Amino acid sequence: MGFLGKLNHSFLGFHQRNSSLVSPIDESYRNAVVVLNNAMALFSVRCSESTLAEAQRDSRYDEHENQILDFPGGQVTFTSEMRFISESPEKRTKCYQVLDDNGRPILGTSFQPLSKEFAVRMYSNMVTLQTMDTIFYEAQRQGRISFYVTSNGEEAINIASAAALTFDDVVLPQYREPGVLLWRGFTLQEFANQCFGNKGDNGKGRQMPIHYGSKKLNYFTVSSTIATQLPQAVGAAYSLKMDSKDACVITYFGDGGTSEGDFHAALNFAAVMGAPVIFICRNNGWAISTPTSEQFRSDGIVVRGQAYGVRSIRVDGNDALAVYTAVQTAREMAISEHRPILIEALTYRVGHHSTSDDSTKYRPVDEIEHWRMARDPVTRFRKWVEWNGWWSDEDESELRSSARKQILHAIQVAEKVEKPPLSDLFTDVYDHLPSNLLEQERLLRETIKRHPQDYPPEVPM
Amino acid sequence: MVFHFCITRHELLLFEALREGLEEEMDRDPRVCVMGEDVGHYGGSYKVTKGLAKKYGDLRVLDTPIAENSFTGMAVGAAMTGLRPIVEGMNMGFLLLAFNQISNNCGMLHYTSGGQFKIPIVIRGPGGVGRQLGAEHSQRLESYFQSIPGIQMVACSTPYNAKGLMKAAIRSENPVILFEHVLLYNLKERIPDEEYVLSLEEAEMVRPGEHVTILTYSRMRYHVMQAAKTLVNKGYDPEVIDIRSLKPFDLYTIGNSVKKTHRVLIVEECMRTGGIGASLTAAINENFHDYLDAPVVCLSSQDVPTPYAGTLEEWTVVQPAQIVTAVEQLCR
Repeated sequence: MGFLGKLNHSFLGFHQRNSSLVSPIDESYRNAVVVLNNAMALFSVRCSESTLAEAQRDSRYDEHENQILDFPGGQVTFTSEMRFISESPEKRTKCYQVLDDNGRPILGTSFQPLSKEFAVRMYSNMVTLQTMDTIFYEAQRQGRISFYVTSNGEEAINIASAAALTFDDVVLPQYREPGVLLWRGFTLQEFANQCFGNKGDNGKGRQMPIHYGSKKLNYFTVSSTIATQLPQAVGAAYSLKMDSKDACVITYFGDGGTSEGDFHAALNFAAVMGAPVIFICRNNGWAISTPTSEQFRSDGIVVRGQAYGVRSIRVDGNDALAVYTAVQTAREMAISEHRPILIEALTYRVGHHSTSDDSTKYRPVDEIEHWRMARDPVTRFRKWVEWNGWWSDEDESELRSSARKQILHAIQVAEKVEKPPLSDLFTDVYDHLPSNLLEQERLLRETIKRHPQDYPPEVPM
Repeated sequence: MVFHFCITRHELLLFEALREGLEEEMDRDPRVCVMGEDVGHYGGSYKVTKGLAKKYGDLRVLDTPIAENSFTGMAVGAAMTGLRPIVEGMNMGFLLLAFNQISNNCGMLHYTSGGQFKIPIVIRGPGGVGRQLGAEHSQRLESYFQSIPGIQMVACSTPYNAKGLMKAAIRSENPVILFEHVLLYNLKERIPDEEYVLSLEEAEMVRPGEHVTILTYSRMRYHVMQAAKTLVNKGYDPEVIDIRSLKPFDLYTIGNSVKKTHRVLIVEECMRTGGIGASLTAAINENFHDYLDAPVVCLSSQDVPTPYAGTLEEWTVVQPAQIVTAVEQLCR
């Protein structure tokens, strides 16, 4: 029967002896609660007869005469007041911000200071990312590439978070974080090669555009599946922890991705295992056409951290300095304390979900324009860099035209580069080609030889 | 070739053979680690990892919370970062929850990353129909996984091949799924003291013969061998091959047998539709059609969830009597 059985027994006993004090026990919860309240004294006596597997404990009291008891998981204080925790907090969790909309540091704010070179490098990368997105998007619209995903509005998250890490930190992206690769030195030509699926692509033309990956730059290849990278990030962190490396893992996901089961389990695992991983949620308000109001009812993502035992913070994702400072601090905590950190970066998805989406169908155009113009993270950071005397209008136009030229050139080159050879259809499925794939390749080549007019001519045999 | 008189052996049970293989590989390579539910201090539900947490620590033999998709994903991430994890599914059926990670990531990422990232993981656990474990605990996952490109699948059936396949799977650079069977863990055998590793892609000749090729794997091997005794008494000479490699099939060994006997009987535990037997039938027909004197016969479980009632459960699994009848009909 166990401990609870004995408890029920004691309720009945109490009732029979003191029927004048308590209402008759029926099946209703309310009455049971009344009995529970009145049975506290009895409960404390029954405790010593518990049949719990753990050592028998007597009940104890804290300094306020509240009863304490050990349950699996630790001590809890009892209360006689039945109070439900509200489904939503009185006030939403505050958002860490460093720069105001005009790029001025807010009074009393604290942030990691940057050198001129570093700040200019960050800003240049943000501009390059923004330019790259515009031109590749146009290229898709012109039919030159099949698909593209922009990171419009999330340049600060991309670049500032990357800038706060070292190259040893392992990155597991979702798909809206090419800026991290850009920061680490992935060239515009390499971006273009992947989008065109040509011979120069690291991925050998096997994935659709924006599924970049670079082992050299510690950036795991993008996988289309949502949130699957989260438990993988925990695994990578587990590997780093085993090797006692001075590095952490960083993984990105959107507001929509947090609904996946993998999000829940990854945070849970990371906390239990003390894995040094930074979870960055780009809460940009939209999961294709699903607004966050239809994605979850919690106060965003940051409040979920504590539910798993994960330290968390909410930052203004459009504030490059806030993102930079938060990620840098998170990295230190993750590595030195062997713990995961959750960062919710609030932002807005200015672009469409992808080139297969037209977001004007489900959200107002003026909302999009407002965020594009008035709340642009690139402009905001530019103002701060200019305010420091580190940037001018000439620098700006020179950078933008240079970036545009380079990207256009990269696209032109990528368009002309040969596609990967037919043999790459079959390699890397396994470490060596197994007999069945050798056979299938042979059959395919025979078929192409017999019907050359039915197969694309530009694929090298 | 094995010269029995110069090999020293020791006796152990199949689950101990698995553990021995695992332990040898963990000694040999510090990157090998284990993760799963209750694999650490509890020693694993079938004791395959017993004692390992004490020896290697609870980081290298990691107890995970209950989230199969997630600890499989964790293993994928760890493998991409340089470790060689072994994922234990407490029951193979639970790995249905890990299908997303196994198919979309484990099997794919080496390919889609252009060969940059490899996933040398081993996914193992007990599957198959046990003794009244209920439908959800009697799944034959090899059916569902066989289509996934990029993975290999093997099934062990004796302590000898269990240890050899475990070691081979761990050393492989590809993701390998090692299917154990719930009812075979206590099989006893004397295995060599000297170290050995088996080939993942080879089938095992259990009993050479002339009249008919019987292809089987895992627990059904024992039903086939029981039927073989009866068949021999009736004057038949069956050739029994334990295919061991479920993906890819060892068509070399199988082909040589078909060319010799011209008659094939497949005995499996998978369901009739879409099982290993169905794929093997297709492969044999495609490759060895000219050598067959009769259509390939496949004995499988029916397309029903495994019932709990003992009698019903027995009738959903191929029994030796059915195998005998099938051979008699095939050889008519």
